[in-house]
Amino acid sequence: MSLPFILFFVFALIAIGGAVLLIMAREPIHSALSLILVMMSLAGLYLMLGAEFIASVQIIVYAGAVMVLFVFVIMLLNAGVEERTDYSKMAKYAGIPLGILLLLELAHWMHHSLIGQTPANGAGSANVMVSTRDLSMQLFQKYLFPFEATSILILIAILGALVLAKRDE
Amino acid sequence: MEFVAQHAVLVVSLVKIVILLFLTLTTLAYLTWFERKVVAHIQSRWGPYYVGAHGLLQPLADGVKFLFKEDVTPAGADKFLYVLAPFLALSLALTTIALIPFGPATITILGQPTQLIVANVNIGLMFLFAITSIGVYGLALAGWSSNSKYPLLGGLRSSAQMISYEVALTLSVVGVVLLAGTLNFNEMVSDQTGYYRYLPFIPRWHVFPQIIGFLCYFTSAIAETNRVPFDLPEAETELVAGFHTEYSSFKFAMFFMAEYANMLTVSFLATILFLGGWLSPFPDSWTFLQYLPAVGLLGLGVYLGYDAVMGATGIARIQLVVITCGALALGALCLLPAVMPIIQGPFWFLLKVGGLLFFYVWTRGTLPRFRYDQLMSLGWKLLLPVSLVNLVGTALWIIFPLLVKH
Repeated sequence: MSLPFILFFVFALIAIGGAVLLIMAREPIHSALSLILVMMSLAGLYLMLGAEFIASVQIIVYAGAVMVLFVFVIMLLNAGVEERTDYSKMAKYAGIPLGILLLLELAHWMHHSLIGQTPANGAGSANVMVSTRDLSMQLFQKYLFPFEATSILILIAILGALVLAKRDE
Repeated sequence: MEFVAQHAVLVVSLVKIVILLFLTLTTLAYLTWFERKVVAHIQSRWGPYYVGAHGLLQPLADGVKFLFKEDVTPAGADKFLYVLAPFLALSLALTTIALIPFGPATITILGQPTQLIVANVNIGLMFLFAITSIGVYGLALAGWSSNSKYPLLGGLRSSAQMISYEVALTLSVVGVVLLAGTLNFNEMVSDQTGYYRYLPFIPRWHVFPQIIGFLCYFTSAIAETNRVPFDLPEAETELVAGFHTEYSSFKFAMFFMAEYANMLTVSFLATILFLGGWLSPFPDSWTFLQYLPAVGLLGLGVYLGYDAVMGATGIARIQLVVITCGALALGALCLLPAVMPIIQGPFWFLLKVGGLLFFYVWTRGTLPRFRYDQLMSLGWKLLLPVSLVNLVGTALWIIFPLLVKH
């Protein structure tokens, strides 16, 4: 039992617990906070994989920026406690078996594919840290076109949001 | 013992954390004294004067007061979040200090090579921004969970303000990152050693090429820490006390400490990024400067001793004599050949940080509060475009010689 091994399970359990809490919580702000918990523990997992840049970007962008806006809007609208509806029959009869099936499938492939065989860089094995320089070299040379295309996509989304917000006037 | 040997790094880090935490909390307490004293003198008052000589025991008395006050939780408050918020605010504010290097990367203490930093992270700057970007939840949750309208408005204001200024703050330091070519604090400071070729008396601190970035950074930093003239989240004339209206006792003190810890962090960061960190502004050949910390402390001791004999009376005189002895002893300690090289870095670092903190308090004593729309337009319409232009300009400045060469 090495320290990274234990830490992996700690972060994984926190992530799953946060995800369950996100669905179960009745107060919207509690749901938002659970989502932040999930994102933070994901950042912890990234860090253990040696991707420190991705980990901090995960926190800055998701936990720091996106979720602050969520919390801000929930506070601004002063959203009340959610009402519980009867759980849908669809979820009970189709969702649970399908979920179990998906889990089994994932477990099967992880057991039989390369993902299960080779240790990811960092976690429990050699301490490989991907430097920010390497990452940006890849991003701005090999993957320059997808990167720029994504940024244009985001720009279009921002313009769309502006158009929707301005429509009433 | 085997565990200790295996995890030597862990043990050393723990020792560093304990020392740093003790020093930081003491500094936070005395920062309140410093602020009250400076603002008082700006306004022609004496400030704290009665508890201890020169009011030096005032922070202690305040701490005891906070500990023994009744801890009220408002009816209808979200109990869990109400308790969580101050913890979140303070712990995140203190965590960032672990990333700050106080001295050169290689230093020998007790024969062991050590770094004057708790966590030397490769991407220290990114990590620091990651931690501070979560800091806003402390304020927002405090405002929301109090179940009261003034805190809610204060919390909303603070989160809007902090999101807005975080953008300008982050963009204003990218210029420095481009110049230094690294995100590691130690390397950033090392990058600033030496002097300009044609102006050999000006150190290569980033503040000179990045003066616009520095101004943007410090303005945004004051807004980010919710200080006057940007203290809209706790504008007492409009919002009672903003997000911490309903907090009393030690939870209030925790918000207070978090604010001062954030002040410390942004001053540390400004010193590392722009003001050359632990580097001395004078050339290395001026070796007599290594006596400066000792001379400063001994001078302070002599001044306080003079004050004890001539000025103070009664119990204050005894306290001053004790402080005088302390200062003289520390000054003598700084003269020891074993200690002298270790304290050079921290001395210059803390001197610069102290200057920035004084500037902080000075601003508070001088400027009136902004109106909310003025605050927002300053952030979005002035600081953000200016720091963007600064970023593009710096990038062009770096890339142009490369293009000419090809």
